[in-house]
Amino acid sequence: MTDLHKTGAVGEPVRPDAAPPTAYLDVRDLRIHFPTDDGLVKSVDGLSFQLERGKTLGIVGESGSGKSVTSLGIMGLHTVGQYGRGKARISGEIWLDGKELMTADPDRVRRLRGREMAMIFQDPLSAMHPYFTVGHQIVEAYRVHNDVDKKTARKRAVELLDRVGIPQPDRRVDDYPHQFSGGMRQRAMIAMALVNNPDLLIADEPTTALDVTVQAQILDLIRDLQKEFGSAVIVITHDLGVVAELADDILVMYGGRCVERGPAEQVFHTPQHPYTWGLLGSMPRIDREQTERLIPVKGSPPSLINVPAGCAFNPRCPYADVPAAGVTRTERPELRPVTGAEGGRHLSACHMSQEERTRIWTEEIAPKL
Amino acid sequence: MSIPEQQTAGGPEPILRVKGLVKHFPITKGLLRRQIGAVQAVDGLTFDVLAGETLGVVGESGCGKSTMGRLITRLLEPTGGTVEFQGKDITHLGVAGMRPMRRDVQMIFQDPYSSLNPRHTVGTIVGAPFRLQGIKPEGGVKKEVQRLLGLVGLNPEHYNRYPHEFSGGQRQRIGIARALALNPKLVVADEPVSALDVSIQAQVVNLLDDLQTELGLTYVIIAHDLSVIRHVSDRIAVMYLGKLVELTDRSSLYTRPMHPYTKALLSAVPVPDPGRRTKRERILLKGDVPSPISPPSGCRFHTRCWKATEVCSSQEPPLVALEPGHQVACHHPESVPEPAPATA
Amino acid sequence: MFAYIVRRLFAAIVMLLVVILVTFGIFFAIPKFTGTDPALMYVGKQADPEAIEGIRQKLGLGKPILEQFWDFVSGLFAGRDYSGGGTSAHCPAPCFGYSFKHDLPIWPELKEKLPVTLTLAGGACVLWVIGGVLTGVVSALKRGTLWDRTAMTVALAGVSLPIYFTALLSLAVFKYQLGWAESAGTAFGDDPASWFRGMILPWVTLAFLYAAMYARLTRATMLEVLGEDYIRTARAKGLREPVVIGKHAMRSTMTPILTILGMDLGALVGGAILTETAFSIKGLGAAAVTAINERDLPMILGVTLITASAVVFANVVVDLLYAVIDPRVRLS
Repeated sequence: MTDLHKTGAVGEPVRPDAAPPTAYLDVRDLRIHFPTDDGLVKSVDGLSFQLERGKTLGIVGESGSGKSVTSLGIMGLHTVGQYGRGKARISGEIWLDGKELMTADPDRVRRLRGREMAMIFQDPLSAMHPYFTVGHQIVEAYRVHNDVDKKTARKRAVELLDRVGIPQPDRRVDDYPHQFSGGMRQRAMIAMALVNNPDLLIADEPTTALDVTVQAQILDLIRDLQKEFGSAVIVITHDLGVVAELADDILVMYGGRCVERGPAEQVFHTPQHPYTWGLLGSMPRIDREQTERLIPVKGSPPSLINVPAGCAFNPRCPYADVPAAGVTRTERPELRPVTGAEGGRHLSACHMSQEERTRIWTEEIAPKL
Repeated sequence: MSIPEQQTAGGPEPILRVKGLVKHFPITKGLLRRQIGAVQAVDGLTFDVLAGETLGVVGESGCGKSTMGRLITRLLEPTGGTVEFQGKDITHLGVAGMRPMRRDVQMIFQDPYSSLNPRHTVGTIVGAPFRLQGIKPEGGVKKEVQRLLGLVGLNPEHYNRYPHEFSGGQRQRIGIARALALNPKLVVADEPVSALDVSIQAQVVNLLDDLQTELGLTYVIIAHDLSVIRHVSDRIAVMYLGKLVELTDRSSLYTRPMHPYTKALLSAVPVPDPGRRTKRERILLKGDVPSPISPPSGCRFHTRCWKATEVCSSQEPPLVALEPGHQVACHHPESVPEPAPATA
Repeated sequence: MFAYIVRRLFAAIVMLLVVILVTFGIFFAIPKFTGTDPALMYVGKQADPEAIEGIRQKLGLGKPILEQFWDFVSGLFAGRDYSGGGTSAHCPAPCFGYSFKHDLPIWPELKEKLPVTLTLAGGACVLWVIGGVLTGVVSALKRGTLWDRTAMTVALAGVSLPIYFTALLSLAVFKYQLGWAESAGTAFGDDPASWFRGMILPWVTLAFLYAAMYARLTRATMLEVLGEDYIRTARAKGLREPVVIGKHAMRSTMTPILTILGMDLGALVGGAILTETAFSIKGLGAAAVTAINERDLPMILGVTLITASAVVFANVVVDLLYAVIDPRVRLS
């Protein structure tokens, strides 16, 4: 695991090695592996990033890229409820507000869940218990962390439902999830997540199950609430449109690793990784007339069991034959800062030299998008 | 042309004409299965599909677009209206009557996991239409199936493999190969790429594009994703609660939408460009789509429309061409000067 | 909710009528069509023609079949008189039939046997629900471990071994070899302590069979529920694991168990024949066996009717419990 720490001569170390961290959330070399009958599935394999309060990080990737596993990993949900065989193997460090969570007492982490860090899930219908009222589920989330009576908690639930835009909240609080529409359920889910004013909010595909017009409402709500509560937000999605709407920073995941990360404008306007180019080229545009064909990524997503040595994207990369800059192809490309990028926070993990990548982007890819 | 508002004179012939198409699913209750209402899934659609074009059908869940797809391929029987394919009325044809039609009209489904029989090999699945229709292709079924697999970008040697050995994108290709087996004229694709990852989605979109050019296919593509629809369609129909609200060519729809719903729908789609998010004008619709069991009176969109007036809740706006080739069903259309109020 | 209850009760009444009709059909109508004389079946083979004629008159076998059915049904609610062949007998409501063999109405005897069977079934039920569900939950939580595999192997044995085998085996071991268990058969009213000691072995033996089934069902359901999104949500809220399992997961796991429980309990009321026989418990099952041996048709009919009604009743209770547990049932 120390290989990540030795960075080559070209780049500086990606992040400071020694504690204490300065960022609100600091994830370091997170690895989450699942033993299966077919072999070890390396869902997340060495992921590091930082996030400040009041900022939004968008994690983008396709299915199997490890983005959802990452979010559950931060919440510590891979270590609870893992009964019997097949336990996840987790390593790395997760610093939340100066506290390290991986080595912390599990019950201390549990007390952080729902209070300090909360989560919104993709499908609000299946994510809420069908047998309990919406109000009960919110009250439960409040009372587990606050020593208050049921009446106070109920008042808090109604207040939150009102805040997220549920009409007649004092009546709807006693409804069951199936009596809510899809959009209202997601609002209720958000109310439940915000009931303890968490500083970190993780939204895993918060709008994927919703219709476009409802999606717009929910994205708006998340943006407003973030402004109001000043929380750090992680949005996990496959939809580049959603991250472009919400995120300050973007992290692109492929095969359980980060291939590119940086401020949203820089990642969208001067992407530095062939996979990011592929995502942008694959996406039909709503905002402009497109006469050219889409530029898809060839092949299929990688198996996470036998990840090839070197770059995980290598088998699908159209530029795999471009000479690597000073390293062999079997080595893993490290995340290195993009020189000249404003703020120095734009990083990418590619063997090609930066000049080569800039040339390919400006001459070959950008004109076709 | 028999439909005056359809500006098809001089253009290609319609391959499919749909008039007043209706599908209501009854809701029954009690021991006696008494009918207490109906889901008005599709409620009066009139449109043509021109030979060689791609008609995109877009709308939110519950708008009836999938039901429409199943009606025009006659997987469902319409409650009312007519469907004419190449001049022949197929509205109420039975299974036997539809058999010759099945060669010409094919469907591609959303879910590449559940629409393929897991116990059959790819060869059996793609070759099934030949057996069902009793056709012996030149050079044998196997050779023809292998040609089809090659056509959709699969390895013809994978003839004997089972669906589970393929990825999602490859399975969708198998579904496409099966649809193309009998050389159809019209292909109706219901959410063909929505279950696929972005990078795979683009592969399938390009494949559909290539096949259309190569085989001269006509497509009806049903999707909820407005970006995909914009990319693939020549003309686009927007549906809301079982009705057509707007039908026009691609560039008019996206640059000058006339129906408020279309406008709101377009403005709601997140744009993958972080620089634009502050500049954009966004119309936020109130609430959710109402239930198709008891749709609102008059214009079905009036409960969520910011331009709605009294007339909207009492009178249903007809679908009329406000410009050549641009049909809209709205009392207060956008991008057009308001006509002088005839009724106060 | 109210409409739901009314609907369920109405359906139950219809079901009961169907049960009565079918039972009546089996014992009265079908023999007539197949050419067997029901009267003959009632009195036995060596009866003289006079007695047969008497029975025929008493049962009204000469009347049209609909009228017979009406007499049968009204007898259930109002009681009926059997007269003919010079003798007459009164059968007070609820008249489940009249045993001409013993010259007694059926109901008092059924009423006496019913509590015995109910205590056998009820006691066993408590044991098997607690044992089976607990085993299943622990197995699910320790999936794949030695504990899980042992428990599931024992459960498989429990499901596959017939009750007359386990009953005789447990009798042989616990009663005759070790002398731990007492004989069943003491009435509760005579000596509650002795009654209880006598019932332990039948309860445990009967419960073992069902506990095995319930353990497997609970384990499978619990594993499925633990994979649900709402369980992940419960954990993400910071709930303690016992709450996640005991409240959120158990609530959903109970639904299928309840379904099976309703059916099993109903069936057991008349179906504990083997257990009752093996342990010499004088319940409905034993009464049915005796009645079959003696060809006492009215008694068989009575037990059948009681059993069928118990199944219908248990299902109504389950349906109502469903509504309590699952708001989607209650509110749709």
